Amino acid sequence: MKKIEAVIKPFKLEEVKEALTEIGVEGLTVSEVKGFGRQKGHTEIYRGSEYTVDFLPKVKIEIVLGDALIDKAVETIVKAAKTGKIGDGKIFILPVEEAVRIRTEEKGEKAV
Amino acid sequence: MSKWMNNIALVLAVGAVTWFLAGTSSVMAQEAAPAVVAAAAPAAAATIDPAALSDLRVGLDTVWVLVAAMLVFWMNAGFALVESGLCQAKNTVNILAKNFIVFAISTISFWVIGWGLMFGDGNLWVGLQGLFFVSGADNSPALGSAYASMNPFSTSVYEGVYSAINWTPTPLWAKFFFQLVFAGTAATIVSGAVAERIKFGSFIVFSFVLVALIYPVSGHWIWGGGILGSTPGESGLAALFGNFRDFAGSTVVHSVGGWAALAGVIVLGPRLGKYKDGKIHPIPGHNMTSAALGVLILWLGWFGFNPGSTMAAMNGSAIAHVLVNTNIAAATGSLGALITAWLLLKKPDFSMVLNGCLAGLVAITAPCAFVTITSGAIIGLIAGVLVVLAVVAFDKVKLDDPVGALAVHLVNGIWGTLALGLFYSTEIAKNVAALDTGLTAGPQFFQQLKGVVLVGLFVFPVSLILWYIIKAIFGLRVTAEEETEGLDIGEHGNEAYPDFQIASKG
Repeated sequence: MKKIEAVIKPFKLEEVKEALTEIGVEGLTVSEVKGFGRQKGHTEIYRGSEYTVDFLPKVKIEIVLGDALIDKAVETIVKAAKTGKIGDGKIFILPVEEAVRIRTEEKGEKAV
Repeated sequence: MSKWMNNIALVLAVGAVTWFLAGTSSVMAQEAAPAVVAAAAPAAAATIDPAALSDLRVGLDTVWVLVAAMLVFWMNAGFALVESGLCQAKNTVNILAKNFIVFAISTISFWVIGWGLMFGDGNLWVGLQGLFFVSGADNSPALGSAYASMNPFSTSVYEGVYSAINWTPTPLWAKFFFQLVFAGTAATIVSGAVAERIKFGSFIVFSFVLVALIYPVSGHWIWGGGILGSTPGESGLAALFGNFRDFAGSTVVHSVGGWAALAGVIVLGPRLGKYKDGKIHPIPGHNMTSAALGVLILWLGWFGFNPGSTMAAMNGSAIAHVLVNTNIAAATGSLGALITAWLLLKKPDFSMVLNGCLAGLVAITAPCAFVTITSGAIIGLIAGVLVVLAVVAFDKVKLDDPVGALAVHLVNGIWGTLALGLFYSTEIAKNVAALDTGLTAGPQFFQQLKGVVLVGLFVFPVSLILWYIIKAIFGLRVTAEEETEGLDIGEHGNEAYPDFQIASKG
């Protein structure tokens, strides 16, 4: 089991979700985050004074999947979330030690 | 069961009777109208009842004054929205609370003593009679003898201790309420400038004293028969001042609030992090929707503020002139700020446009009944330019004003007062304000200038001392910790948006 953390542009969320559902991903968690990488922020001016907004709104998707589906899922996210412009985001893959389904108390790959 | 039947039967019966009467009376009116009119004409010529006409006259004037006063009252909602919109979410409850409670406080302090000091008969500096609880002798709506033409059907002459305001043919409580909402406006001006770091209790104390003592004294000078509004005296200071005009309060309300706010901003100091490492760090407002709606409410409220200051309906033409002047200044103020911000700051900053609208309104408040509509448009335009420059200037000298209250009310309160002189029209002063001084624009400007200086020399130092006294006894500013966490929690134990996740920069 591995966990995918994908930080993407907010408007791409719907597209990524649909694409993942099509390849058989059954659940995911989404949070609204802020961040920056090489895409710097922008300058705003409020009441005569300039300031930079470094942090940009992004969306983070977290999915835990069995090993078999991981590569396909990463490929799918990249394809759906890419715009080719700076700020498209990043995907991280982490190992998962254990997973539990709360309702049935199933463990392991059966739980994801 | 029978009780319900009784009730239903009663409702149906009342409804039926009402419907019948309405139906029949309208039918009767339509058929009878020509006959009634024809019969009335000769009869009317023979039997005018002056008392009834006087009542009608007074009633009309009173309704106008009270409706206008209700519009001015509603400006408190406008201030609450503008200020909370232009400040951070974590302080929203506190700002709303300040704007809300300040009117309640003003109501009490103006009733207890403010009205008496302002309008009681006294000397050139302060009222001395009828001071407490509006209880002085007064037979309003009787008019002073010089004002008989305001209500020619009235038979009684004014006798009482509030002679300065015996020119308006309205009952005492109507005048009181109208003047009360003006006093409340001055107090609420302060709340924006001191927002996001002042202790709630300290603000309450200051507001009470401002409306009880400071506002009424300068108000007495201008509207209460005191040194500024009167004809110049024979000698000494009385000869130097006088012939000062301020139709609806650019000085009485707005710059008084502005001076008090300036003193507060100085004693309080800027918000944490606003001026760091020699740079200005903007702290953007959290809700432009509130801010925009707030300004629109204020714009509407000003349609009571300025035209209402005729304090009489008369034939309506004065009200209409003042109303149009008010509106056009708001419009050109908005445009002036829009263009200035666009040119100076590269983009049309919406908060500046909002300030521009208010600047125009503040600036036209004094001259609205003394200048032509064209002049009003120009005054508003200049106000819009001034406010943008002033906002930037105050930040440059590290006077932190989260909502631009100083730029709007102090700077443009002064500009409006001076503009009354610069654009003074004798014809308009006679026909609209009925308050001609007999001066031409030049000399009128100098009388205005003297008034601006005198009021500033009184209100600013007294406010400063009051703020320092409050600071010594109660403390003035919240702790750094509380300011970072937000005054909603620290001062009120409330959150404005408990369901939202607010990202705070602290």
